[in-house]
Amino acid sequence: MTADPIIPSTGRTRLAAAGARAVTEEALRGGQTRDRLTSALFLSMLLLGVSVALLSLAAILVWSIVEGAPRLDLKMITNAPSTLRPHEAGFRTALLGSLLVVGGVIALVVPVGVGAAVYLEEYANRGRWWNRLIELNIQNLAGVPSIVFGILGLAFIVRGPLSLGFVAAAGSLTLALLVLPTVIIAAREAIRAVPPSIREGALALGATRWQTIRRQVLPAAMPGVLTGIILAVARATGEAAPLLLVGAVTFTTVNPSLFDGAYSTLPVQIFNYSNRPQAEFRVLAVAGVIVMLGLVLAMNSFAVWLRNRFEQSW
Amino acid sequence: MNVELRERVGSAEHESQRGVALRLMSDTQSPDRAPDEREAVFDLAGVSCYYGSFRAVKDVTLDIGRNSITAIIGPSGTGKSTLLRAFNRMNDLIPTARLEGTIRYHGIDLYGRSVDAVEVRRRIGMVFQKPNPFPKSIYENVAFGPRVGGMKGNLDEIVEGSLRRAALWDEVKDKLKTSGLALSGGQQQRLCIARAIAVSPDVILMDEPCSALDPVATLRIEQLMMELKENYTIIIVTHNMQQAARVSEETVFLTMDEDRAGYLVERGPTAQIFTNPVNRLTEDYVSGRFG
Repeated sequence: MTADPIIPSTGRTRLAAAGARAVTEEALRGGQTRDRLTSALFLSMLLLGVSVALLSLAAILVWSIVEGAPRLDLKMITNAPSTLRPHEAGFRTALLGSLLVVGGVIALVVPVGVGAAVYLEEYANRGRWWNRLIELNIQNLAGVPSIVFGILGLAFIVRGPLSLGFVAAAGSLTLALLVLPTVIIAAREAIRAVPPSIREGALALGATRWQTIRRQVLPAAMPGVLTGIILAVARATGEAAPLLLVGAVTFTTVNPSLFDGAYSTLPVQIFNYSNRPQAEFRVLAVAGVIVMLGLVLAMNSFAVWLRNRFEQSW
Repeated sequence: MNVELRERVGSAEHESQRGVALRLMSDTQSPDRAPDEREAVFDLAGVSCYYGSFRAVKDVTLDIGRNSITAIIGPSGTGKSTLLRAFNRMNDLIPTARLEGTIRYHGIDLYGRSVDAVEVRRRIGMVFQKPNPFPKSIYENVAFGPRVGGMKGNLDEIVEGSLRRAALWDEVKDKLKTSGLALSGGQQQRLCIARAIAVSPDVILMDEPCSALDPVATLRIEQLMMELKENYTIIIVTHNMQQAARVSEETVFLTMDEDRAGYLVERGPTAQIFTNPVNRLTEDYVSGRFG
């Protein structure tokens, strides 16, 4: 202070500076003990929540790897399932069935779900009551138990109007209906998050509504849309109950195809193996869990990579 | 700009509409317009803009001349932006908005049955208050308009020409592929102007283009406007009266009536509006007594 060339070091300024310093130090000394205690408590509760989630996930991974590692080899993936010879049994048909069914789900759910979201957000006049009704129904559908969709599939897809029979395509359709609300809701949120100024800017340049949506709104909404698709696909991969109703058999040795023949999926096959008395089958079931986790992880990683490519910052 | 105060004797007119001196066109025109047009670019007759049952703008009648800068001034909430957006049918985007009266653009009723709003917007562009570049590269921003409009020609040349005319080329020529959002506010606004120019419009509407910018950027955009008026007709809404006085040749003054509808009080050459307005309300506003 005394060496400061700008502020003269008179008695009055020194007193003023000392007063200001004292006030600041007092104010900055920190909150009372009670405030600090509540912040610490809050923080520890948050950490507890995070660790519960992480530990559960870690427990599943560790348990499945430890239990199933003995059977984790190429033979398991390439061999057909067998009830008589546990050492020869594999997941080939179930894996192919899963890939077919989930592939069908993606092919159905992406255009229909994104299209429905675009319609609801961009074209539907929200003042009309029937549009509000549609919105409400979609949100409710997201909470319907999956077995209900299984019954729906049995009545309308396997038998009834579509009469596809107990084939993989029927499983795809059923699961697509199950996860469609999730995709629609996520896509709608993503499209809604695109600022209106972007749309106005595009329209003011003489773009049609469709051009604006296709070239500006949808690319900007891609990260959110892809998140919704990730969630939908992960759920579809792991569903067993509705598929049991639409014909996923627990045992087939023939490679599946979309429109004819029996099919199975990984979760259903795992369910079959885990019910068998022999201990080797249980190990095999856990190995199947690892394979399923790996499949979901691979699909999610691809979608996350896609999402990062579209990531924008406002 | 100094405003001379004068004692007014007698009552001012409530609505003083001035006849417009039609500007005869200059030689600088883009080649795809008919060469011999002498009428005003816009001709408004009894235009009222409604949002549902609320009337935002009441009975506006005026003309806009070619290759000029017209400023619309007035206090907040008087429907200036609503009126501006009516010129390129941007109000159509609001479901409850509707228009009464006629707006003629080169003699054609803009809101006629056979008129496509998309075609209108290709000829009447708009720059918004807050710069809104697309979250894409600078090149893609400028190229968007020509692409969706199906314009023929070398896209690189169109982009470069637009950026040059918007006085932005030198600053961005070696980073055309970087994001438009990484530019400063003033640069973003010039990018939006370049984007609007790229579709070769006839008219550029500007809704308070400089209100989100600092004084230096504002000055650059005003200089840009003076250059642009050689080739385009510009209508600008502004709160900044000094800006209106600096750049515009014609000024339109709107204010709010008791029913909260904006109406046209006075219009005329800028110099006259600011130094010798006819209407008392105009004089009060430009001399800062209210608004």
